[in-house]
Amino acid sequence: MNQTSAETLSVVVERDMPHPPEKIWRALTQPLLIEEWLMKNDFKPVVGHRFDLRADWGAVDCQVLAVEPVKALSYTWNVSRDDMAGLTSVVTWTLTPTSTGTHLRMEQSGFHPDQPRYYQGAKYGWQKFLADLEQVLARID
Amino acid sequence: MHAAPAAASVVADALFKSLADPTRRSLFERLCREGEQTVAALTARAGVSQPAVSKHLAVLKQAGLVRDRHQGRQTHYSAQRDALVPLINWTSQMTGFWESRFDRLEDLLNRMDQ
Repeated sequence: MNQTSAETLSVVVERDMPHPPEKIWRALTQPLLIEEWLMKNDFKPVVGHRFDLRADWGAVDCQVLAVEPVKALSYTWNVSRDDMAGLTSVVTWTLTPTSTGTHLRMEQSGFHPDQPRYYQGAKYGWQKFLADLEQVLARID
Repeated sequence: MHAAPAAASVVADALFKSLADPTRRSLFERLCREGEQTVAALTARAGVSQPAVSKHLAVLKQAGLVRDRHQGRQTHYSAQRDALVPLINWTSQMTGFWESRFDRLEDLLNRMDQ
């Protein structure tokens, strides 16, 4: 894909849905609807807005990074924990209209591109690192 | 179901940070490949000073990735490979989490139709 994805540990889930993008956008951005499929929240589709996603196991600290109505939405996703800085990750939603509805894509990246210290000097990506390491471990065990 | 990704993220945090640095990654990989080594032996091939190597090792130790053993005036370090499990599992656990949320989102969208 691109250089960025090679440098991050990322999760991609995507699905074709037989629903128009406008409807999916509502489900992704209206607090009461978000609560139905994700978690309790105080989300607002405003760049810079800080919000929490709350569940019985704890909370996720979030901040809206980008809003492109009916097309794209991005926010930080940091698991709250006083004794830890929290894993810095970013969740990005992309909605692409199709002939039958919408192609919905979610990518969660382990590191945010605005934090260059995670990138500078990185010789190779996480995926390669983990693959290499698993090979090393397999040889030893 | 819900606890797994949250716990995995928290545990993975220290691992992400400690392994985000290429010098630390290479130190850790060497310990995995070559077994226990002294700080002096690691420094000889690290391309950075001994205090820098010691600092990197301290970060790896904090994350549970290495263990130290003192013998005389030497400190020996060895890799703790089990500490990597949460990191290797992170991707599959988060994928499972989001797949289930996509299911719920689709349920909701179907209900919104009605």
